[in-house]
Amino acid sequence: MSGALVIVGYALREALRRRVFAVVVLLTLAFLALYWLGAREAFQDTSGFATGVDGVVDARAFTGATVFGMAMFATLFLGIVLTIFLTLSVVQGDAERGLLQPLVVRPLGRATLLLARWAGATAVSGAYVVLVYLAALLITRSAGGWTPDHVVGPALALTGGVAVVGALSVLGAVYLSTTANGIAVFMLFGAGLTAGLLGSIGNALRNDTLEDVAQIASWALPFEALFQAGLSALVSETTGLTGVILQLGPFGVARDASMALIPFTLAYLAIVLALAVAAFARRDL
Amino acid sequence: MDCALAVSGLGKRYGARTALAGVDLEVGRGELVGLLGPNGAGKSTLTKIACGLVRPSTGTAEVCGAPAGSAPARRALGYLAELFRFPGWSSADEVLTLHQRLAGSGGGGGERAELLGLVGLADASAVRVDAMSKGMQQRLGIAQALVGDPKLVLLDEPTSALDPVGRRTVRDLLESLRGRGAGVLLSSHLLSEVELVCDRVSIIDAGRVVAAGRPSELARPRGVEVDTAGGTRSFPGAGREDAPRIVSDLVAAGEPVYGVRVLRSSLEDVYLEAVRGA
Repeated sequence: MSGALVIVGYALREALRRRVFAVVVLLTLAFLALYWLGAREAFQDTSGFATGVDGVVDARAFTGATVFGMAMFATLFLGIVLTIFLTLSVVQGDAERGLLQPLVVRPLGRATLLLARWAGATAVSGAYVVLVYLAALLITRSAGGWTPDHVVGPALALTGGVAVVGALSVLGAVYLSTTANGIAVFMLFGAGLTAGLLGSIGNALRNDTLEDVAQIASWALPFEALFQAGLSALVSETTGLTGVILQLGPFGVARDASMALIPFTLAYLAIVLALAVAAFARRDL
Repeated sequence: MDCALAVSGLGKRYGARTALAGVDLEVGRGELVGLLGPNGAGKSTLTKIACGLVRPSTGTAEVCGAPAGSAPARRALGYLAELFRFPGWSSADEVLTLHQRLAGSGGGGGERAELLGLVGLADASAVRVDAMSKGMQQRLGIAQALVGDPKLVLLDEPTSALDPVGRRTVRDLLESLRGRGAGVLLSSHLLSEVELVCDRVSIIDAGRVVAAGRPSELARPRGVEVDTAGGTRSFPGAGREDAPRIVSDLVAAGEPVYGVRVLRSSLEDVYLEAVRGA
C-alpha cells in the first residue's frame, strides 16, 4: 500500500509540475472568463423572454440550465483532455522513453504501479472537474441567480466520467503508443458524445432506433451515461413547459439515469482496470 | 557458489526471432561478471529477464535464490537500463528519494548524499534532470541502481555516455561494490574496461554463450618478442615457458638481448575470435 501511495504522489507531482499544467490553468481561467461573460449576457437578454401567459416558461431556469449544461459539457471535455494527457503514455509511451523500466523493477509490482498511476490521474482530473464545476456554478448564480436542482450529483457524475475515460486510456496505454492511444481515446470520447446527441434527437423525434443506439453506446461508454445523468440532475425537479423545453434543448436531458448506472460504472471500471493489469503483467518491456 | 544471479537454459523468442537460445550464467556475491557480445546478441534481453522486465520462453533465472521478477528478487537488485530516462521536472535528490521509497530503503538523506558523492554528483542534488547533461543523467542512473544497497547490480552499458573521468569513477565504484559483497553483471561494449575490472566474462552471440571464463584464462599465448642489437625478433607460437630458452639461444649465438616480451591475446582478440567463429 505504501508503494501505491508513493506512485500516486509521484503522479500528482508529475501532473502539477509539468509545464502543461500552467497551460491548463490559464486556459481554464480563460474559459471561466468567457463563461461569465456569456452567462451574464444570456441572462440579461432572456430576462423577459417567452414567459408567456402567467409565466408558463421560467426564463431564468431555462437560461440557467442551458448555459450551465454547456458549462458542464465544457468541464467534462477539459477534464477528459486532462485525464487523457495524464494517462495516455503510462505504459507503452513511458517504456519507449525509458521512464517506466526503473519503476517496474522496484518491488511494488506492476498491478500496483498501474492502478496507482490511474488513481493519481483520476485524483487530479477529478479535483479539476469539481473545481471548474463549482466555479461555473458560482458564476451562474452570480450572473443570473439560478442554481441547479441538485449540486452534488452532477459533480460526482463528472468525476465518474473522467475516471472511466482514464481507465480506458490506461488500458489503451498497455497496447498503444502515446499518439495512437491519444487518438483512440479521443475517438471513443467523440463516439460517446455523438451517441448522446443521437439519443437526444431520437428522444425529441420519438425515434426508437436512435434511442436504442444511444442506450447501447451509453452502456458501452458509461461516461456518456454519467454525463446525461448529471444533466438530468440539474433540472430533475423543474416541471411544466420549462422542463419540457429544456429536454429538447442542445444540453437538454434525453433520458433519466438508471438506478443501475452507479454499480454498472463501478463494475465497468473494475473490469477495464483488471484487463489493463492482466495485459500489463504479460507485457515484455 | 553463493549466487547473486543464476541463469540456466535461458531462452527467449520474439515471434520467429530467437533472442536467447539456452544461456547458462552465474554471478556470485562479490563477483563482477562482464557480459559481452555484438549488438543484437541478446545481452539486454538477458539483463531484462534477470530483473523481471521480460518473461523467458524457456529456462530459469534466479536472483539471490528467488525467481527473477518476483518481489523478493526485485528487492534484491538494482538495475540501470541501457536506455532510461528520469522525469525532467524532478531533481537528482527527488529521483533518489522516489527510488528509496519504492525500494523500501531507510537510508534517508545520508544514503542519497553518499550515492551522489560516489558518482560525482555531490553538488548536483538540487539540479533538475532536464538541466543535466547526458553524462550527468547516466551518473544519476548509476546512483539510482545502487539505492537500498542491492545484492545484485545489473548495469547495461553504464559508461556509454561518460567521459574518461566518468569511466574511471565507475570503475572505482564497481571495485567498491565488489568489496561490499554485491554481485555485478556488467553489459558493455568497452572491452578494455571489462578486462580491467571483471572477474569473469561471458561472450554471447546470436543468443548463445560462445566463450566464458576469467579474462586471463581466455587469453592465449601469441608468441615472444625479443629486442636485440639487430632489432625486434618475433617468435610466434612460443609461450612464457619458452622465453628462457630463446634468450639463451640468442646469447649463445652472440646476439645481445635488451628486452623480452611474452605476448598474450587481449580480451578484444578473444572477443573477435569468438564472435567471428560462432
